[in-house]
Parts: sequence; structure tokens; C-alpha cells
Amino acid sequence: MNERVLRVQDLAVHFKLREGGLIRPKTHTLKAVDGVSFDLNAGETLGIVGESGCGKSTLARALLALIKPTRGRVLWLGEDLNKLDEEALRKKRQDLQIVFQDPLAALNPRMTVRDIIAEPLWTFFPKIARVQVDERVRGVMKMVGLLPNQVNRYPHEFSGGQCQRIGIARALVLNPKLVVCDEPVSALDVSIQAQIINLLKDLQKKLNLSLVFIAHDLSVVKHISDRVMVMYLGRAMEISCRDHLYRRPLHPYTSALIKAVPVPDPKLARLASDTGLTGDMPSPLSPPSGCVFHSRCPVSITRCELEVPALRRMENGDWAACHRAEELDLTIGKTG
Amino acid sequence: MSLLEVKGLNVGFDTPEGEVHAVNNLNFSLNAGDALAIVGESGSGKTQTVMAIMGLLAENGHVNGQAMFKGKDLLQMSTSELNKHRGSEIAMIFQDPMTSLNPYLSIEKQMIEVVIHHQGLNKAEARAHAVEMLRAVRIPDPERSIRQYPHEFSGGMRQRVIVAMGLLCEPDLLIADEPTTALDVTVQTHISHLMSALRQNSNAAIILITHDLGVVAGLCDRVLVMYAGEAVECGTVEQIYYDPKHPYTQGLLNSVPRLDRPEDTELHAIPGNPPNLLSLPEGCKFRDRCPKAYAACTETPPMQIDEGQHAHCCFRGASE
Repeated sequence: MNERVLRVQDLAVHFKLREGGLIRPKTHTLKAVDGVSFDLNAGETLGIVGESGCGKSTLARALLALIKPTRGRVLWLGEDLNKLDEEALRKKRQDLQIVFQDPLAALNPRMTVRDIIAEPLWTFFPKIARVQVDERVRGVMKMVGLLPNQVNRYPHEFSGGQCQRIGIARALVLNPKLVVCDEPVSALDVSIQAQIINLLKDLQKKLNLSLVFIAHDLSVVKHISDRVMVMYLGRAMEISCRDHLYRRPLHPYTSALIKAVPVPDPKLARLASDTGLTGDMPSPLSPPSGCVFHSRCPVSITRCELEVPALRRMENGDWAACHRAEELDLTIGKTG
Repeated sequence: MSLLEVKGLNVGFDTPEGEVHAVNNLNFSLNAGDALAIVGESGSGKTQTVMAIMGLLAENGHVNGQAMFKGKDLLQMSTSELNKHRGSEIAMIFQDPMTSLNPYLSIEKQMIEVVIHHQGLNKAEARAHAVEMLRAVRIPDPERSIRQYPHEFSGGMRQRVIVAMGLLCEPDLLIADEPTTALDVTVQTHISHLMSALRQNSNAAIILITHDLGVVAGLCDRVLVMYAGEAVECGTVEQIYYDPKHPYTQGLLNSVPRLDRPEDTELHAIPGNPPNLLSLPEGCKFRDRCPKAYAACTETPPMQIDEGQHAHCCFRGASE
């Protein structure tokens, strides 16, 4: 169970942007992901949370070797994905799948559900018999809660939640070991969100999947994650075990994100405090010096402006990138 | 007299597949300073309700019933009459901050147009007023920002600009259609604070439309829950959150992921999907997804109102 499947070491993805005229264009470097490291075990779920623009989706793509990292390594079962040749990487992809954010946009409107779900099978096993494909497609459809008699329908005939189920079926059809879910529920109604989260949780147990579950809201990943990583401007601020993170976060940014989640209780909601965050996220083109979060941090000190805090391992085994992680007590729950 | 009183509102659309009944016999009223939340899943008719009130239905849409705003029926007004109220007395914040600004016009052009038209200010005055409003919604460096174009702003900033535009003429009624759904939680908190400040400062009434009962609790005092075009429950936030009568309301509440509950609490989803409005079931429309449905639910349950003005339509809710 505790077999480590994925190992990410100092991963960085930088994009070069050109601006200005033809004659003397300026180049900027956008550090979408800048030095992220973590491990993932078989059957484990890592939640990744952060505001838009923090590099979550870029990280997801880099994990699956869909973009080349500028620096660092992604080791899948001990092998560096970016060192493999094209054919070897293609074979590895059978184990690595992704579920996208916008369920309708991720499905080809001109293909039937059968063709959408079967496509990965045809790609990897071109000689597979039609009967076998059909059986497998109906099997995964049942598994994700779709009616197998809907195989001949088109995506537009389904609701958002059902389209996401089709996306999940397509990701599972090859029996992958790792599924990266890039904001799989943020486009869905709350009532349907819960369905999809519960479905992914069940499937994970049944198939012993490793999941990377990306969301912009801490409340969504709470129910599914074993550990949670909080990202800000391309860096990991905190990687903590779920039970620790929601009770006593180590990083002021995590604490602000927790406070920002609305409480569905009129009495508690009236007491809800402001997040303490000032301003907006700075442009990733010119991140602040020192700790990237210091410009919005309610408890920053001079040291934070000067020195980049390393992601350090704490006594309880969690990780935090904050100079003041030991001295701050950010325990949640004094008002609920 | 209520600020807005909606009576027997019906909204339908003619489509090639037949008539879609988006809103059926909806009633609600709103006083100055009230904040009402209209809650329900996609397709429950929340947006079409307010679009009908604002006279913004698509061409194949038709509406009947009454929407009395300050004693005059909005639904009977001509476009030019409506335009006297829209933007100045009634403002609307649309759902998608990415598409509700005109990408070809600077923020300044889009903002001052409203003020010049409705309040007869000259350009310089209008501009000063707009800058003031941008400052109020905490847009950094508003004098410079106002000259920028929508694409130069992030999603959260754009939504703030839209909120600022909505507040420009100090409307008596602000309709916000999922104003925070597309935004990060930190920005969401900020926008909610802005709207509640507006309410306190100018006694404006607010209609907030959302599918997430989480955001309603801190901002509104009454909640109207809609399902398949009908009101299924209506009451104060306390009644709805602490004593929900309709199984659908209970389901919506249970599906909100909560941070104030233990980590391993199971999330309760509402099974199934919202019904197809072209072929609605007979009787209670929530029947197929309802954990408490029984034989009587094949008949349409009537709306019942108790002493506390807590209304709901469910046979079960009445007895339990």
C-alpha cells in the first residue's frame, strides 16, 4: 500500500513571453511552477489547492509530461518521464490519465459516448476485437454510474455532471495507476459536485488508484485528500496531512484560504472574519522578493521580504515554507 | 408597499422540441434593504426569473404575470420606459466576469456611459464618480486602471469592475446572478463584503442568485429555493438552514462541503440530475430524486405557509 509511485523533485516550468515590437522585443520569464517537490504513494490522494494563476494546472500537465519542465524531474515508478523516448513515454501514458475541468469542452461533440470512451483502447491496442471494446466500454460506464444503453448518445445530450462521468470513464478505461483530476468539479453545481467527489473516492478505493486532485477551494479537497498541497505563485507553501492542515495550518496563506470558505450557517457566517489578505495576487511576471506571499501576508516580518523561505519538514512530518511556521499558532476553530 | 412584488410569474420558451416551462407561477416580494437569495441547481429557473423581470428574455421567450416595482408593472413597460429604470434604479451583475464587459471599450467608456445617461453628469464629473467607485471596490490605482481595457484585468478584478458599475447609480435594487461562482474563494469573500456594505450604506435591496447555499448564509436574510421552475421552499435564512422542510433544500444543504465538520464526514449528494424541462413528471417534480417520496407525491403538493411565513411544498415536510 505504501509503495511510492510518483516522485517529483524540484520541478520548475518557466514560460518565455515576448512583448513589444518586432525590432527589439522584450522577453519575460513567467515562472508558472518554480521548484515543487513531493511524493505520492499508491492508493493515495494528494489535493492541490491555490487561487487561479498559482500554477496548479501547469503542474498537472508537467506531472504527465505534457509539457517539458525547465528544471527538475518527474519520476514515475523510478523512471524519469522526460528522459524516455517518445514510444516509451507513450506506453507509460497508459498508467497516467487526466480528467479535465470543463466537462463538456473536454469531449468531442461529434463522437458518441462509445467512441469517446473507446478511443484510448484503440490507440493502445489497435488490434483489439470490437466485442471486447464494447464490453470494456459498458463495464466502465457502469462503474462511473452511467447507463450502458446510452453508448450511442452524444455529449450534448448529457448534463454537466454526466459529462464529467464520461470524462472519468475515458480516463479509467485503460486501468491507469495515476489519475490527475484538474478541477474536475469546479464547473458543476454543488449538488452534483458531491456526486463526483464521492464517485472518485469510491473508484479510488476499488481500483487502488493514486489521485492528484486539483481545486481552487479547500473545502472541495477536504473530503477526498490524504494530504494537501497549497500553492501560491508557482511554489508550494505547505504540504500537510489533511487532518493537520484543516485544524492547525502551518502557513498564513493556508489559514487565509480556510477562512475564506463560506460557512453555510447563518449564525457562524455573521461572525466570519475577513481573510486578513490584502490586495490581489501579484503578477507572476514580477513576483515579490523573498517570500512570494509576503506582500499579502498579515503576519510578515522584514526577514520575509529578503529571504526566500525553503519548504521545511516540521516535527510532525508536514512541510511548510514560512520563516515563522514554528512560532505561529494558526489553529482554526475558535469561532467555528 | 414592497419595492418589488412578483406575482404569478410564468416564463416559457418556444423551442423546436416544444414549449419549455422555465418558471411556473412564482411569487415573492422584496422590501427596501432586504436581501433575498434565489437558490437552486442549473436549469431551475433562477436566472430566467430575473431576466424576465429585467426584460432581457431571449427572443423565443414569453412571460406573463406581474412584477410590480415601486407600484408599476415592469412586465408591461415598453423598452424605453424600462430603460429609465434599468441601470439606475435596478442594476444587474451578470454571472460571467469574462464576457459581460465589452472588450473593445475601455473601462472608463463603459462606466461613464451609465452615469451620463441616467444622472446627466458631464464627462469629467462622471469620470470622477467612476474613479471613486473603483476605489470603493478596492481596484488599485483607479485613475490609471480606468483607462485600461477588460483584458488587462484578472477575473477577480473584472468582477469588481462589474460590481462597481452596478453600484454607480446607487440602485434601489441590485440583482446579482452568481456574482462569485467563477471566482477564487478569497475574491468571493471580498465581493460578498462589498454587497453587504452597499446594503448597509444605501439601504438597497439585493437579489442574490446562486447554487451554493454556502455563500448565502452571511449575506441574505431570506431564501427562496427553486426546483424545475417552481418555488419549493421560502423562509428566513434561519428557517432554511436550521429547519429545512423540503427534501430538496435538505439535499442542497447536505451537499455543501463544509470545513466546520470532521474530516471524514461523508458528502451527501442529491442523486440523479435536474429534470428535463420539456417533459416534467406529473405531481411533485422532485419525486424521482427524493429519498422520502411516497405514493402521495404523484399529486402536486400545494404550497403551505406556517405562522413564521415559512413556506414549502411537500407532503412529507408537513407531517414531519
